Amino acid sequence: MVSKTIRRFNENMKRNAFLFQQLVNRDFQQRYKRTVLGMAWSILSPLFQLLVMMLVFSRLFGRGMEHYIIYLFAGNITWSYYTESTNNGMTSLMGNAAILSKINVPKYLFLLSQNVSALINYGLTILIFFVFCIGDGIQFTPAFFMLWYPILCFVIMNIGIGMVLSALYVFFRDIQYLYRIFLTLLQYLSAIFYTLDHFGPTIQRLFLLNPVYVNIKYWRCVVLEGIVPSAGYHVLLAFYALLFLSIGAFFYKKFNHRFVYYF
Amino acid sequence: MIAVECNDVSIRYITGDFKSIGLKEYVMRKLTRNFHVTEFWADRHVTFTIDRGDMLGIIGSNGAGKSTLLKAVTGIMIPTGGYIKTHGKIAALLELASGFDPNMTVRENAYLRGAMLGYTREFLDEKYEEIIAFAELEEFQDHMFKQLSSGMKSRLAFSVACLVNPDILILDEVLSVGDGAFQKKSGDKMRSILAGGTTGVLVSHSINQVREMCNKVLWLDHGNQIAFSDDVQLYCDAYDEFLMTKQLPQNEDDVHRLADGWLRRTQEERRKQQEAEAERLKMMIEDGRSESAVLAAIKILQAGKPEALAAEYGGTEV
Repeated sequence: MVSKTIRRFNENMKRNAFLFQQLVNRDFQQRYKRTVLGMAWSILSPLFQLLVMMLVFSRLFGRGMEHYIIYLFAGNITWSYYTESTNNGMTSLMGNAAILSKINVPKYLFLLSQNVSALINYGLTILIFFVFCIGDGIQFTPAFFMLWYPILCFVIMNIGIGMVLSALYVFFRDIQYLYRIFLTLLQYLSAIFYTLDHFGPTIQRLFLLNPVYVNIKYWRCVVLEGIVPSAGYHVLLAFYALLFLSIGAFFYKKFNHRFVYYF
Repeated sequence: MIAVECNDVSIRYITGDFKSIGLKEYVMRKLTRNFHVTEFWADRHVTFTIDRGDMLGIIGSNGAGKSTLLKAVTGIMIPTGGYIKTHGKIAALLELASGFDPNMTVRENAYLRGAMLGYTREFLDEKYEEIIAFAELEEFQDHMFKQLSSGMKSRLAFSVACLVNPDILILDEVLSVGDGAFQKKSGDKMRSILAGGTTGVLVSHSINQVREMCNKVLWLDHGNQIAFSDDVQLYCDAYDEFLMTKQLPQNEDDVHRLADGWLRRTQEERRKQQEAEAERLKMMIEDGRSESAVLAAIKILQAGKPEALAAEYGGTEV
């Protein structure tokens, strides 16, 4: 009996893994269809984005601050990944409504495959970021090896937020506009361009309510100061990740069979 | 051995609620006191049971709730009331051609769809040639899906979907895909799958298909269950008569009355046809221009309607 259950579980996993792989493949094709450079855009587009920012901001702001460009980039790449992954996640159910209302497949796979392509982009952007770090004379310390932790927490959190958004988007199309407004607000609250030095300690602590900021802060701590942040940051990141993942999972569990009425 | 048990199943759609009209409309209608939610019951109190190896035909005019019921059987929808129990692996062929990616090749789409239907990579690698051959798309494997004609699209969809060896096979109007030759091929394929002991549920607008393939019949009308029976011929007769007269049967006697009506109607029609034919042949005989035509006409009349000859010609000289 037990071995049968395990075998069935394995079979399901294998089948889902194959479907997942096919979906990721499809997402990549959709992204780069009819482009001459194809996959190369994954590298080129963040590279040019960072170059432009470097040209603009190194002349305008942050003259008084050492490594301001890296400070800025650390915020920017995290922010880009956050917006891409959650925005793609939001449309992952509706975009596949034609399939989901005809074939009984696990719905979360569509969201995960969207996240995979966003994650790959994020990885490539991080590589480019490191190249800029070398160019700016940043010292690589052992603390860099801990960067897997904020990345992992961030991926989990974004999947959770994507689940919440995609579920809401099925029932409530206005969410795409509301979320866009919210993103603008959140972007300014993430201290991407400015530093928190001139705020008081209470306000600085309030910024920790923003998970994106906490993530950026972790990166800056490691890259600019060469040290691993305190245990409190680790707990906080894990807390945000699990919080949003469980809310997302709750939504999917609750509405799994309701979605089809609103496609 | 029960394959599908459907007990008092009701499925409700809600339209015009907050979720379906969006925030702006919601506020507007609230302000103008024009906000109301309407319920729509796609299926109401549907109850039936089919055993392993049965073939159930679901009949009913458009909007009867057939496709919604099938979605509930496949597990895409959960009934608002009642329950459905199924035993065994289900494969559903519902409105096939949707859900493909127009910008991917035929090959990629075949794999993607196969993956969604729960096939493994090994299985698809092994069967891919067979799928393409069955769909007759050998020359189009590396074409974009959007470049195919609509018949080709449906053929591919059917070929991928019918590979399975399910315990329960659900067919929604899929046997009318493609041109005549392909329809015959797909019909044969379905029959061979069903002959292997698979349980089938078929929705079809072709009543003759139901007569020919099914041993049980479920009649739905506007979500209500009119009948569930294993007397397929009787109920198909009654349904045919209903299509002419638009009168729903209230009870068993009504069904018999309808079926009788249909039989009379078909007999009447057949008689009229025969008469018209006899008339034509008699003209031919009277005309008498070509001897072979006259002889042929007499032969046909003798076989089919000897009384016509007897009345006109005394029936002696031939």
